[in-house]
Amino acid sequence: MSDSPITVEQHGPELLHHFADAQQQRDAASLGMWLFLATEIMFFGGMFCAYLIYRFWYYNEFAAGSRSLDLKWGTINTAVLICSSLTVALGVRAAQMGKRKLLVVLLLLTIVFGLTFLGIKGIEWYSKFEEHHIPGHAFNADDLIKTYPQIPIDSQHEQIYFSLYFAMTGLHALHMIIGVGLFAFLAYYAWKGRYTPKYYTPIEMAGLYWHFVDIVWIYLFPLLYLIDRKPLG
Amino acid sequence: MSEHIISSRFYYAIWITLLALTVVTALVARVDLGPLNTIVALVIATFKAVLVVLFFMHVKYTSEKLTKTVIAAAIFWLLLLLALSMADYTTRLLS
Repeated sequence: MSDSPITVEQHGPELLHHFADAQQQRDAASLGMWLFLATEIMFFGGMFCAYLIYRFWYYNEFAAGSRSLDLKWGTINTAVLICSSLTVALGVRAAQMGKRKLLVVLLLLTIVFGLTFLGIKGIEWYSKFEEHHIPGHAFNADDLIKTYPQIPIDSQHEQIYFSLYFAMTGLHALHMIIGVGLFAFLAYYAWKGRYTPKYYTPIEMAGLYWHFVDIVWIYLFPLLYLIDRKPLG
Repeated sequence: MSEHIISSRFYYAIWITLLALTVVTALVARVDLGPLNTIVALVIATFKAVLVVLFFMHVKYTSEKLTKTVIAAAIFWLLLLLALSMADYTTRLLS
């Protein structure tokens, strides 16, 4: 490659002129994406840190708030997200093998799973509105105090749990919405035949992003839903 | 990054494992293990995350050491943030 004269015609999207070869270009894209994900880890990390400190301070309120979440929906949503990660992984594989139609179908399936997750999240949030568990002037933890007489609950501290619940699931849901938008864009261009076994970097990078969002939920699920589900003595 | 193509059966195996661990973690949370409940939940979550990173995100098949360095650094910074913050907050009451 290096001793042949560079001609513009040789350079498609799979090999831009400032890269030595296609492998180097793919490695550069991957490294850039991982650097972005590293900043995302720190972005979510601030919230996980706040969560950790307040859980340490107000464990009882966190336990009661965690019990009030719907474990059935939480588990189903975790499964939905894992299914979407599978369709993304299989989608990248389809792109590697040049199966255009399969790639489009898998990307559309991913969008369906993503929207299902957001729909279930919407149902859960709606029930929080009904229960007056939205932090603010209408917040009311009396139902929790009545349901769990064994747990000493301070209403102000309970609001902190629900503030973190909405901030963390909200930021996660925002990432999901962005991901669904990305996949809609990619599905369109995949249908147009833009991605080939030689060039499927956008599919692979969007896949990395989606798997990262999945991992955030893998941690959010036990940290928000499973703090204390033991039978109360 | 990797041109390595993983067989679809292997992806399905990872998928089934992740689903099974999700059910396990939800069920184990209902059993009283004392302080172990949190540890078990986090160990299962970390195991799931490692499976996703290694196989779905293809890190196991990456030849690029720089990528692995970035991942290790990111995890290190996160642990630094969490550990040093907790080192502060858990010892404040002592003074």
